[in-house]
Amino acid sequence: MIKLDVFQPTFGLDKEEENVVVPKEELYCSTPLAPSLRWNVLSNNAPKDLTKFHHGTTTLSFVFSEGIVAAVDSRASMGQYIGSGSVKKVIEINKYLLGTMAGGAADCTFWERYLGMRCRLFELKNKERISVAAASKILCNTVYQYKGMGLSMGTMIMGWDKKGPHIYYVDSEGTRLKGQKFSVGSGSTHALGVLDQGYQWNMSVEEACELGRRSIYHATHRDAFSGGYINVYYIGPDGWKFISHEDSGFDKHYQYATEKATQQQQQMSIS
Amino acid sequence: MYNKQHLDPHDDTSAQRPDFMPYQNNGGTVVAMGGEDYCIVAATTRLGLGFAIPTRNVCRYAILNDRVVLATAGMYADTVALHKVVTARVKVYQQQQEKPFGLFSAAQLLSNTLYYRRFFPYYTFNVLGGLDQDGQGFVYGFDAIGSGEKVKVVCNGTAQALIQPILDNQVEKKQQYENKQIEKWSLQEALDLVKDVFTSAGERDIYTGDAVDICTVTKQRGVVVETFPLKKD
Repeated sequence: MIKLDVFQPTFGLDKEEENVVVPKEELYCSTPLAPSLRWNVLSNNAPKDLTKFHHGTTTLSFVFSEGIVAAVDSRASMGQYIGSGSVKKVIEINKYLLGTMAGGAADCTFWERYLGMRCRLFELKNKERISVAAASKILCNTVYQYKGMGLSMGTMIMGWDKKGPHIYYVDSEGTRLKGQKFSVGSGSTHALGVLDQGYQWNMSVEEACELGRRSIYHATHRDAFSGGYINVYYIGPDGWKFISHEDSGFDKHYQYATEKATQQQQQMSIS
Repeated sequence: MYNKQHLDPHDDTSAQRPDFMPYQNNGGTVVAMGGEDYCIVAATTRLGLGFAIPTRNVCRYAILNDRVVLATAGMYADTVALHKVVTARVKVYQQQQEKPFGLFSAAQLLSNTLYYRRFFPYYTFNVLGGLDQDGQGFVYGFDAIGSGEKVKVVCNGTAQALIQPILDNQVEKKQQYENKQIEKWSLQEALDLVKDVFTSAGERDIYTGDAVDICTVTKQRGVVVETFPLKKD
């Protein structure tokens, strides 16, 4: 059928509503069917703003000689609208453990707070701190129980335990991966490009933090769903430390632009 | 064609009505702003339903105690249910612990209450405002499933996209790099700003109008509610 692109007033009815298909069984029913208790509210035509908070993100973390650096952006979008430009996407689980936030904001904050409780209970029972491996597995097993029910989270659980610095990637599909370098979210590909290019095992903490910042900056520059502030954390043997909070779109942008201009001028004068 | 299975009312494996929708959007806008020694929580009173206005005077706020106020936009039935749950929990806490329920505890309680309904959420968009122990004003903004953030000023509801940028500009001086020092707003200035943004939003949002209930929280006077009229069309 050819569709004409003509404006037709719908009088408050969505076009989809006009084509509601009455189920066959209901045609043969004398009384309407009661809504089933098994009816999945969120998978049907529920309002879009119900759970669609917070989707785009760029988060990254990597291990290097001195420990772990985690850098994140701070934008939370609801479709086209920026719900917030100042979200804390690094979640402080306890003194030695950090989690990052990508996907549903409520899912991440709730379950990582729950993880904090489980880690504390572990300490009280066992008189020693929980390993990063065990902590990430608690989270992984918890969200795996809810698989298929619509949870949305992509997180990195980072920390320093008996065996040194570790990063685990855990997501709501039940994936749990150990690794040296991770980036999660819609801007992750942009961030990884910069991160891989500049990464070395032997870096100072300052160099590593700057690499993290630069990676997030480039992601916020090219990914519309990432932006706001860049927050950087460092994890050493004595636990995590908050490093910096900088405006990505203005302060950082013009700082990098000025640096680039000076470099180009220097190259020009050499040649 | 005839299938006995589908006629059994006790059989919940039968097909589901595709057009059943337990949610409705009744609109409404809520704003909260925290100052040095006060907090303002405001909520519109219009109840919208599609293009109709069934009622012009509903209460979208709940006074949890003399220093914490909750305001909710979204579906009105869920708003009432949520307010009932939260106020009851706060009362029980205060009776048992014999101390007032703090603002931060209220924020965590609200967050958990919303998240426990993760798979059948309250269709509500909340702001929570009040005073901390030192009497300083703080506000929280929440999404429907309990993700919240502590902020200076926040707007939620149907006119969010209209009001929030104005608040960012005027209160937080966002992106005003020439003039970045942030002035302190007196209670009267803040009240005037809140009334202005609602008046303007009422001009462009069909779900915002009629009146706005403005709760002012101060250490001296507790919670004082005034009703500011908006256009009735």
